[in-house]
Amino acid sequence: MSTPPGVVATARMIAARDLRIEWRARVVTNQVIPFAAVNMVLFAFAVDDTGALGRLAPGLVWLTVMFSLLLCAQRAFAIESADGALEALRVAGVDPVGIFLGKATALAVQLFALAAVMVLAALILYDLDPPAGGVVVLVTSAICATCALAATGTIYAGLAAGVSGRETLLPLLVVPVVSPVLIGATRAVEAALGTGGTAVADGWPWVGLLAVVAVASAVVGALTFGSAIRD
Amino acid sequence: MTTPTTSRSTGTRATRVIGIAAIVMSAWLSLFGLVLSPADVAQGDAVRIMYVHVPSVWLAYLAFIVTAICSVWVLVARGRVPGVDRVAGASAEIGVVFMAVTLVSGMLWGRITWGVYWQWDARLTTTALLFITYIGYLAVRGLEGSPEQRARRSAVVGVVAVAEIPLVHWSVRLWRSLHQEATVLDTDLDVDIDGLMLFTLFVGVIAFTLWFVWFVLHRARVMALAALVEERSLDEALAERAAEVPAGGQN
Repeated sequence: MSTPPGVVATARMIAARDLRIEWRARVVTNQVIPFAAVNMVLFAFAVDDTGALGRLAPGLVWLTVMFSLLLCAQRAFAIESADGALEALRVAGVDPVGIFLGKATALAVQLFALAAVMVLAALILYDLDPPAGGVVVLVTSAICATCALAATGTIYAGLAAGVSGRETLLPLLVVPVVSPVLIGATRAVEAALGTGGTAVADGWPWVGLLAVVAVASAVVGALTFGSAIRD
Repeated sequence: MTTPTTSRSTGTRATRVIGIAAIVMSAWLSLFGLVLSPADVAQGDAVRIMYVHVPSVWLAYLAFIVTAICSVWVLVARGRVPGVDRVAGASAEIGVVFMAVTLVSGMLWGRITWGVYWQWDARLTTTALLFITYIGYLAVRGLEGSPEQRARRSAVVGVVAVAEIPLVHWSVRLWRSLHQEATVLDTDLDVDIDGLMLFTLFVGVIAFTLWFVWFVLHRARVMALAALVEERSLDEALAERAAEVPAGGQN
């Protein structure tokens, strides 16, 4: 009998599988990103002031990513519960911590790609002129923020997987919990893009906040995910 | 056959004593809060809102702490402690009600003291987000599934909600520190508290805590009875039907 794979190996396999499913089905690429992009256009209709749009851009980008998180997290577990894949994994004795980390990683990768497209969309649509030195803060904050969002989304989407009424329950559970991420990511991107009148270096404390939230969400998720998905 | 079930009450000698004590303390609070304690120099009679606001916020946080402790217990015991799960649920329900009282009384007090219903300070914002989080907790308790499944799911939400409190508070404080407005209003609700006011507050906290214990005991027992009904109703209905059929056949 071969020894079961460790947590990291399990996580890597689950993440690769989820990303492969996304690569083949292209749900995020063909459905979620267009939805997010049309949001960015609708914001412009709602605000109707290029100057104000520029100032609001970081917040609008992250609000859009947060809404998209709800769709992506729902999708991440729809592929599991549709044909009982999650139960099969548990019957096979796969470590729930590995499942959690794998699914959260795959979700974080998808959200990061989405956030990158949204930042580009904001640069083009809202006529922004970012300082050259902001790229590092921008990328680091986006990595931390998407990890935090993905961890929280995975805990709650796993908890609500296969339950009727999950579509309306998930936003109620996720949105209040990710509010620190919205605050931190918005302020960090504001500093990176120079839209809030702050220097690029002012973004680092916010990156710190995002990193703490990401680590805390991952730890809580790893500890509780097994209880959340068990029947 | 159903007599033992129908005669069962959620009251015991202990809850009756607690209930009477809560009524007495509430009457005492009304007397001190509305009549005997002085009006504030700056705020006038508006300060009397404090005697409801402060005990409610105390009670709401106490309720959420009880829910959190019970949630950890449920997770450690893997959902096999129905009594603890019921206390967690009952406590959260009462916490949500008193959180609503806290928010409404705080906003009314704020309107009189600050001139606005809402200030984006860390305490207020955290409280509002926490209120929504526990509404979500109650929604999770209402999901389908076995009692153990429901207990584990809601315990996860209970634990995440508690982990959220310091993070939300910290992030909102950081956020506000950037947006410091030149405000002429004192954003704190603190008043110069004299001895009698402090004593009245103390009476309020005791009265509300007694209500909390009374409500949790009754609510947890109602939940236990509801679970019993759910468990027994099918068996009893089948037994009653089985008893009826031969009788019907003879007539």
